[in-house]
Amino acid sequence: MPVIWIPALLRDLTGGAEQVRTPGGTLRQALDALEARHPGLHARLITGDQLRPDVAVVVDGLVSPLRVRQPLNEDSEVHFISASSGG
Amino acid sequence: MSADPQDSVQEAAPAYRVIGTRPIRQDGLDKVTGRAVFGADVRLPETLYGAVLRSPHAHARLLSIDTRQAEALPGVKAVVTAADLPAITLEGDWGDNLRYQSQNTLAADKVLYYGHAVAAVAAVSPHIASEALRSIQVVYDPLPAALDVRQAMREDAPILLDTLRTDSLGQRGNQPTNVASHARFERGDLEQGFAQAALVVEREFETATVHPGYIEPQNASAIYQSNGQVTIWCSTQAAFGIRDDVANVLQIPVGQICVIPTEIGGGFGGKNSAYLEPLAALLSKKSGGRPVKMAMNYSEVLAATGPTSASYIHVKVGVDRDGLITAAQATLVYAAGAYPGSPLWGGMPAIFGAYRVDNLRVDGYDVVVNRPRSGSLRAPGAANAVFASETVMDEICEKLGMDVLEFRRLNGVRQGDRRSDGVPLPRIGFHEALQAARQHPHYTAPLGGPHRGRGVACAYWGNHGGKSSATASVHADGSVSLLEGSVDVSGTRTSLAMQLAETLGIPLEAIHPRVADTNAVAYTEGSYGSRTTFATGWVVYELGQKLIALLSERAAILWETSPDQVQFAEGVFSHKGGEKRLAFKELAARLDETGSPLMASVSLAAGGAGPAFAVHLVDVEVDPETGKVQILRYTAVQDAGQAIHPGLVEGQIQGGVAQGIGWALHEGYVYDEAGRLLNANLLDYRLPTCLDVPAIEPVIVEMPNPRHPYGVRGVGEIPIIPPPAAIANAIARAVGVRLTQLPMSPGRVLAARLARDA
Amino acid sequence: MNSKPYAKKVQVQAQINGEPVEFLCEPRQTLLEVLRESLGLTGAKEGCSNGNCGACSVLLDGVLVNACLVLAVEIQDKRVLTIEGLAPREGLHPLQEEFLRQGAVQCGFCTPGMILSAKALLDHNPHPGESEIRRWLAGNLCRCTGYEKIVRAVQAAAERLSQQEAAVEVKP
Ligand code: FES
Ligand code: FES
Repeated sequence: MPVIWIPALLRDLTGGAEQVRTPGGTLRQALDALEARHPGLHARLITGDQLRPDVAVVVDGLVSPLRVRQPLNEDSEVHFISASSGG
Repeated sequence: MSADPQDSVQEAAPAYRVIGTRPIRQDGLDKVTGRAVFGADVRLPETLYGAVLRSPHAHARLLSIDTRQAEALPGVKAVVTAADLPAITLEGDWGDNLRYQSQNTLAADKVLYYGHAVAAVAAVSPHIASEALRSIQVVYDPLPAALDVRQAMREDAPILLDTLRTDSLGQRGNQPTNVASHARFERGDLEQGFAQAALVVEREFETATVHPGYIEPQNASAIYQSNGQVTIWCSTQAAFGIRDDVANVLQIPVGQICVIPTEIGGGFGGKNSAYLEPLAALLSKKSGGRPVKMAMNYSEVLAATGPTSASYIHVKVGVDRDGLITAAQATLVYAAGAYPGSPLWGGMPAIFGAYRVDNLRVDGYDVVVNRPRSGSLRAPGAANAVFASETVMDEICEKLGMDVLEFRRLNGVRQGDRRSDGVPLPRIGFHEALQAARQHPHYTAPLGGPHRGRGVACAYWGNHGGKSSATASVHADGSVSLLEGSVDVSGTRTSLAMQLAETLGIPLEAIHPRVADTNAVAYTEGSYGSRTTFATGWVVYELGQKLIALLSERAAILWETSPDQVQFAEGVFSHKGGEKRLAFKELAARLDETGSPLMASVSLAAGGAGPAFAVHLVDVEVDPETGKVQILRYTAVQDAGQAIHPGLVEGQIQGGVAQGIGWALHEGYVYDEAGRLLNANLLDYRLPTCLDVPAIEPVIVEMPNPRHPYGVRGVGEIPIIPPPAAIANAIARAVGVRLTQLPMSPGRVLAARLARDA
Repeated sequence: MNSKPYAKKVQVQAQINGEPVEFLCEPRQTLLEVLRESLGLTGAKEGCSNGNCGACSVLLDGVLVNACLVLAVEIQDKRVLTIEGLAPREGLHPLQEEFLRQGAVQCGFCTPGMILSAKALLDHNPHPGESEIRRWLAGNLCRCTGYEKIVRAVQAAAERLSQQEAAVEVKP
């Protein structure tokens, strides 16, 4: 099952857990499954049906341009980080 | 397409033909002869000149604006205020963002900083335009200002934005506030980590607002035709970003706007977003479609375009007896300026980015203050953060009596370690850079005099990938025109053309690179984030592969065989197992026989930017009488990944270090108590001259980025990060005082020294 | 405030880049404005408009000046050299060539001013040391390069110019 790393400010919703394993063929499915176990996460990360624009998703070390539609593997590692640009 | 980089790794160092050489830049000739057309050099018939009226107050209610007298002035063709901007009705955070952008273009009911635009005019000459500004009557109701982040965070602070509530990743505060957001990285057990420490160093820091300081002021020329089409010429790093900003502020579709990026006189992050462009377009519309040209003067550049954040930073680091870090904690409070959006996203990952820390907490607060809206500046938010952390690390080394490079060898991150935000690091060149610094003669050279010291500082910077696009056309003489979406700030037309020449196996001179306007290629992110040679370079590589595949099909037609019978190597197509061969140029000459001309396009989003690491060494001499710091020697070691054009890489390193030296020693905004900017000119806001900057020696370490076809990492931003810390550490070693404020002006150095002696 | 914002124009005759030039300008217009906006010579750049950046450097009767601090009416009967007039008919001036070769150009905005300051220096002293070069260029700000490659370019151009001179001298 993919493992989702929980951002520090959301860990109050996972009982302090830094990582949660959750089923899901795409990030959206994984987030839906997560929401069932840890209600409230969804609302913190998603606006409308999109990931918050100031959050980027990193899957297996790469920033995903597909964001919530990113397909996940059984052993995918998912991070939510600040969206960056540069100078 | 979304590129999967993992299998494009080139393991053994490949022998390149073009990559790694130092050709003369293709745009160089126009630049040394004065023919290059920068934004303000654009000349259109019937041009009007625009100018902007700016607030003399840091914080005030706008009671009324009377423009009648200005409009009546002969030669004045248009006057605009916020009343001419469309209301933005979109709800939510994104709507707020757009409203902030609109209000920063022209203040609506409040001015939030000295220099905030309140009206703009267009007239037949720049002199008439400025006279018209003087005849506009504005009635202000001044309000108390909040200039400093800690002042702005107090309960009784004046509130800048009535609707603002603190956002902690989706959780909202319920009180009016100036704290726009709170972010956090955390792992391990901080208390336990500090309990294990044999030594804990804890310090507070303050850094000034500084400006990118490009020499060319912002400019824009625009034509708004009666059919709704808008054409904009401007100096920008991000043509598509400007297009989107103008579309948002004027609430028109992007398809109505074409942005033509001109040559650009420096950006460093400061020319990513729009200031004058929507105004020029609006003034053109109001004057019946005449071209309107605008250029800021330098006072406007300093007072009203994005500087980087002033900051307050608290750092606490614990180490065990052997110097191993047991815990690290930091709080970063960044001044966003008038609207939310300081570069905490850059500062928070950077502050402990070079270190392996198991017990870690980093908190960031984005705070609005009555200063210009902050923008990006080269590795945004990182140099001030690393000034704080690297001076603490140096103090730890000093107290432990430990070699500073040994400390980094012990604690420095390696492949597989996790960044502060949790993401594991791919292959990096930090330890190779540390090794190169240790072996450099500078590290062991005698200092050669009293009041001298040597400082070291390191840095991590993530770099950025993102979306890029390009198109290439093959011509009958074997030349290839390359139309690419990345603005060329520093020679990237050449570093991109070199990657295409390498891929196609043809001479660099056969490639004619050109920066496209927003109607000529698909979306391309701006030239920021050290991304152009990396991400657009990758596009260009894929483009080369695509051309080779298409040309193989054409060779197959000529040879009356199937494309899979054609192979390509080193610029030559050949028939498998046969005698037939055609060099790229020969095949190009025969395209007509194969049915049609040939072009190809590629767009991609590059996810695998390679993290950069830098190790800087600096020697300084401190004048004991005046506190003035003279830089004697500077060596900057950097993992550049594969250097496509080493000369351009050196230029990035030297330029970044010089900028960091200015930040360290003398740049900084000075406000009076009412919030008026006192040094809004290039005499009093002092950029480094060639007398302030020594010969900077760049040392390039090349650890190829495994996630780019040619191993490119991105090099432009990281060189600005270490200088303030390295110089502070050198001052500490020279005269025994630790500076905790930027800039480290002679007065501050002297005061610290006198305070210690007293 | 003047209710009629136009000033009476003045006729000026001068020599610019070797050509006789005649133009009309308002007394308040700077040389930089006239070069750029009236005569189309946009090689001189406007950075600070107050004498602090050197982007507008030109030579006036052989003397280095900031064109933003000179009024256009002041050039009556004088000679102005801008970047557009520096190169010989064929090819480039050695300073231009060395700026290219040494990679002294990054964004290129300071480049015309830098090259003209360097020309003024080499006209004054064909064999300057590094510290003299740095002193002469201290009025020209460059935010991109860190100056190192610019200093090297001026050194290399000085060397080539003096070799050329030596070659001319030995010719019978
Ligand atoms: S524009 Fe003349 S010195 Fe800056
Ligand atoms: S090259 Fe950009 S200012 Fe000098």
